[in-house]
Amino acid sequence: MSAFTGNVPSQDLAEEFLDRSTPLSRLRNILHRYPAISPAVVLIVAIIVFGLINPRFVYPANLSLITQQVAVVGTLALAQTLIILTAGIDLSVGAAMIFSSMVVAQTAAVNGVPGGLALVIGLFVGLAAGALNGFLVTRLRLPPFIVTLGTLNVFIALTLLYSNGATIRGAEMPSILTATGLPIAIGDVRITVGVIVMLALYIVVAFMLGRTAWGRHVYAVGDDKEAARLAGISVNKVLMSVYLAAGVILAIGAWVQIGRTNAASPNAGIDLNLDSITAVVIGGTSLFGGRGVVWGTLLGALIVGVFRSGLSLAGLDVLYQTLAVGVLIIVAVSVDQWIRKVRA
Amino acid sequence: MTAILEARSLVKTYGRVVGLDGVSLQLMAGEVLAIIGDNGAGKSTLIKCLTGAEVPDEGEILLEGKPVNFKRPQDARNAGIETVYQNLAVSPALDVASNLYLGREERLSGVLGTVFRVLDTKGMRVRAREELSRLGITTLQDVTVPVENLSGGQRQAVAVARAAAFGSKVVVLDEPTAALGVRESKQVIELVKSLRDRGIPVILISHNMPQVFEVADRIHIQRLGKCAATITPKSHSMTDAVAIMTGAAAA
Repeated sequence: MSAFTGNVPSQDLAEEFLDRSTPLSRLRNILHRYPAISPAVVLIVAIIVFGLINPRFVYPANLSLITQQVAVVGTLALAQTLIILTAGIDLSVGAAMIFSSMVVAQTAAVNGVPGGLALVIGLFVGLAAGALNGFLVTRLRLPPFIVTLGTLNVFIALTLLYSNGATIRGAEMPSILTATGLPIAIGDVRITVGVIVMLALYIVVAFMLGRTAWGRHVYAVGDDKEAARLAGISVNKVLMSVYLAAGVILAIGAWVQIGRTNAASPNAGIDLNLDSITAVVIGGTSLFGGRGVVWGTLLGALIVGVFRSGLSLAGLDVLYQTLAVGVLIIVAVSVDQWIRKVRA
Repeated sequence: MTAILEARSLVKTYGRVVGLDGVSLQLMAGEVLAIIGDNGAGKSTLIKCLTGAEVPDEGEILLEGKPVNFKRPQDARNAGIETVYQNLAVSPALDVASNLYLGREERLSGVLGTVFRVLDTKGMRVRAREELSRLGITTLQDVTVPVENLSGGQRQAVAVARAAAFGSKVVVLDEPTAALGVRESKQVIELVKSLRDRGIPVILISHNMPQVFEVADRIHIQRLGKCAATITPKSHSMTDAVAIMTGAAAA
């Protein structure tokens, strides 16, 4: 009988009387339902504020530059979103991307493999990296944080061993490898092929997450693994597919990276991995899994780009950009915690 | 009349510990069979054997008169035995309709469904609504609400609806009200009654005697790995049931 006394009914009352009555809690319910709203508001406000501080900020040339700068992190952050939706985290996605980009560049430039084939080889490197992480997470049941902390170091070492630490310049490669850096002019706005590739990936992943059973299962696994298993979902298969999908995306990210920097460097992108997590978190995806949308991640990546560009055009030292991004992360996670209280 | 689900002399041991010592059970069409018993009496083991979570060492299980052999919970589910667990029932961030169809989503017909594997979200919502009203669940008006925005009773209703929907033959409820308040427990008990009225037999595991006596047609009492007695609320009082359960009285 003890289960029927205590404070359960009063909590019930609190839920009914408090949760839907105050404007604040109504706002919370809306944010809870549409996780991309808060990053969208932040992005718009940031663009307006930075535009007022320095009108050059909103010039098409500057906005185009921001999208180009965001392309690589945005692509990686897409892979990161999938992993984080399953309540995991991938510390190795950046290192794996650099490894893939070195393999692509070196097989093409040094071993004379045709550009298209080199990209396919890079794709398999990405898949292998994803498969390794996925295997360790699903079969050995290790926490994703530990698995990817390990593979992060493995991929860094492999990259340096394989490349002997040498950078390969864009000029040495077949032109298809640097094609993602080519500009496309739409009026005054100049975006690159890499930006288009990134956006295409977002559309594909948004479709898969939102419209297919696989997407539902990804959310269900991240939300509550045990409940998903009891509903008849093969949790390990879903997790494995997510790590493989991340592998494909990071391999495409490697191509975008080569075009963006017009080179493949084993020492590039130290910050890329943390930046990808930053974009996901600022984009409103919960680190606890099961909640978030890829468009939020895209907005999150844009917010980071906008802050960096806007603060630098406002004449602030680069260190303040880093500081601002740090504050953004903490605010974003606090907001997420607050929103998640709807669950109570 | 043959039993929908029948267990014959089930034995299950864990090393030297005897979980089930030759337990038999019959679930008839359209009845609520409650299983009560003290901790360690073998309630859970019995249920796990019936729902495929454990494989009994000896004895047999028959579903609609045919022997079945469940190796995994999925086997039991495929055969039409659906189980609702006390806490782990639903996926909080998904909406009601998605939860009802979780693991058995339906796709659009035509190229969109077969090639692009697009979900029939609208259709599933419509059918989820139909299914809920068919089961007599009126507390869930909007099937697009995420489950975490629901009260505990409503959540359990979603879990029970998922188990009862889509032509299942037997619904097993494992302590469905243990985490709920008084009013919410009542809703779930009403739901159990309406399942029975719709001809779906229910096995109810519960510690809550008043509830058991309110809703059950027959009560199977487990004691020390054996079935101590099978009584009805008419033939015995709650005090009798507790006495049999604890061994203070013989059946």
